[in-house]
Amino acid sequence: MLTFTLRRLLLAIPTLLVISLVIFLLVDLAPGSPMSEIPLTVPPDVRQRMIEALGADQPVFFRYFLWLRQFFWVEPATLFDSWFGTSLAGDEQRILSWQSRSPVFTIIGQRIPQTLTVIGTAYLVAVLIALPIGIYSAYRQYSFFDQAGTLFAMIGFSVPTFFSGTLFIIIFAVWLGWFPTKYDTQLSVTDWPSFLERVRQMVLPVMTLALANAAAISRYMRSSMLDNMGMDYVRTARAKGMPEKTVILKHVLRNSLIPVVTVIALGIPSIFGGAIITENLFGVNGIGAALIGAIHANDIPMVQTLAFIFAILIVLFNLIADVLYGLLDPRIRYD
Amino acid sequence: MTDHGAASSRPISHNRAVWQQFRSHKGALFGLVILGLLTLAVLIGPLIWVPDKLTVAEAIKLKNQGPSLRFPLGTDQLGRDMLSRMMLAGRISLAVGFVAMIIAIVFGTFIGVIAGYYRKLDGPLMRLTDMFLALPLVPLLLVLVVLFRDRVAGLLGPELGAFLLIVFAIGITSWMQAARIVRGEVLTLKEREYVLAARSIGTAPRRIIWRHILPNVISPVMVAATLGVAEAIITESVLSFLGLGFPPDFPTWGRLLFDALSYMQVYPERVIWPGLAISLTVLSVNFIGDGLRDALDPRIRGR
Repeated sequence: MLTFTLRRLLLAIPTLLVISLVIFLLVDLAPGSPMSEIPLTVPPDVRQRMIEALGADQPVFFRYFLWLRQFFWVEPATLFDSWFGTSLAGDEQRILSWQSRSPVFTIIGQRIPQTLTVIGTAYLVAVLIALPIGIYSAYRQYSFFDQAGTLFAMIGFSVPTFFSGTLFIIIFAVWLGWFPTKYDTQLSVTDWPSFLERVRQMVLPVMTLALANAAAISRYMRSSMLDNMGMDYVRTARAKGMPEKTVILKHVLRNSLIPVVTVIALGIPSIFGGAIITENLFGVNGIGAALIGAIHANDIPMVQTLAFIFAILIVLFNLIADVLYGLLDPRIRYD
Repeated sequence: MTDHGAASSRPISHNRAVWQQFRSHKGALFGLVILGLLTLAVLIGPLIWVPDKLTVAEAIKLKNQGPSLRFPLGTDQLGRDMLSRMMLAGRISLAVGFVAMIIAIVFGTFIGVIAGYYRKLDGPLMRLTDMFLALPLVPLLLVLVVLFRDRVAGLLGPELGAFLLIVFAIGITSWMQAARIVRGEVLTLKEREYVLAARSIGTAPRRIIWRHILPNVISPVMVAATLGVAEAIITESVLSFLGLGFPPDFPTWGRLLFDALSYMQVYPERVIWPGLAISLTVLSVNFIGDGLRDALDPRIRGR
């Protein structure tokens, strides 16, 4: 298992390098560069100085390696310094945003708590809704509940989050007035009323994301349960006279959770991508909103760094899912 | 297999059996009917429903109207008839879905067949597929569209440029599933006796692929294609929803929804119509895909 994990970790390095190159070149070589945004009234020598100040006059590969070095050495070193008061990074150049001239990772550090609060809660809620639905639909296959669950999942797959989110806003915020339409990022939780306020403003975005994710997870749970319920060990357990509750919730459920856990791990990076929409709709000031803002402002370093972080998340959670699968299911041997 | 005596003693053709199984899936039938109606509405609708040409002054007077006989879905903030805009938008949304799906399926099938058939190319091509699967697609699509929009629009005109760019961008980022499915199928198919027989009489690999392999991978490809249409329609509307899709005078359902968002509190129905259209289309396409999967699977069919 350890050698497998190590091998997968080593394999992830070239994958990430290629992805970083693709992202860097795609963004960098595209025709719509920020240099074309400089007004024509700016004199040529000033334009030249602006380009030099942004460092955009260097050759592409030079900038690529510089960016990689900044990403993998300077930024972690700076983080380490700020934690332990060392001076590993010295005064090396960090990745700077072209919009605000402040380090990209400072901005990401400010934005990520917002994203994690909303998305983390949403995913947790999704799993908590989906598992019971999946278990019960499988236990009573083809019952009314199962049919309703299938329809719910189908609608959950099909209705895009930007529409379900808008519907929720119209129904629960505009008509009923139960929840605010926008997420207030400034709100800090200090006492009980402000905590309730935070909960109220989180309900709509969390519900939107949770419903979309719960649909998929509940289907996986159902089919995994169905696969296991036909197994011989279930018949043996029943034949021994075990109560039905123990059979289902102990024997079948534990075995069925193995593939579902990996599906849940695999889904985490994609909900970060999906969160871009929800964050924009509800005005959550997270990294998804930061990405859209950076794209609109042609802030190339910010876009490259954020896109690469998304890629790292995908590769990392793929790896975690694989390792988890091997750890949870001793029948699968990678070595 | 159940036997109904004389009725089923006559062998039925493959297509007929598939259709019978498909018909027994209620959701799939519902999907087929709804998708057919929607397609008819957006194809023929604009020919029948031609709203009067309004002058600017009239349009300003008629803006933000509720539903009436003259404007069944009301008018928007510029006095344009919502029904005709919905139908025109639907044309583009559906066209994007189908064309992007065709690009993705053709490319995916090509990669899958090559990877499955030629052992030497299998490794590199599958690594390429894995790499594409690890790319953060939504951010990359957004970046692609923003960065290349003006250049492509300059070359091909704003409408065709936006259409081709978006369709191509979606196609090029969603072929991986098809490639994986096809490769898996080809790997088992090429060990079959009839392929061996074809090879032993000296058939060229290209001909084996066309005649013996491709016709046999068509069922999984069809299912992947159906689901791909739904995916492409959603992706396009996400781009439009973030304001990075089609230009406003060349609307899609996603774009109409995006435009209506600012008036959501006063005129919620303008958000609901396009959203409902997208959801219904995707829902029916997904149901059709579900039904097709069951109908094309010989293990399920006939049970």
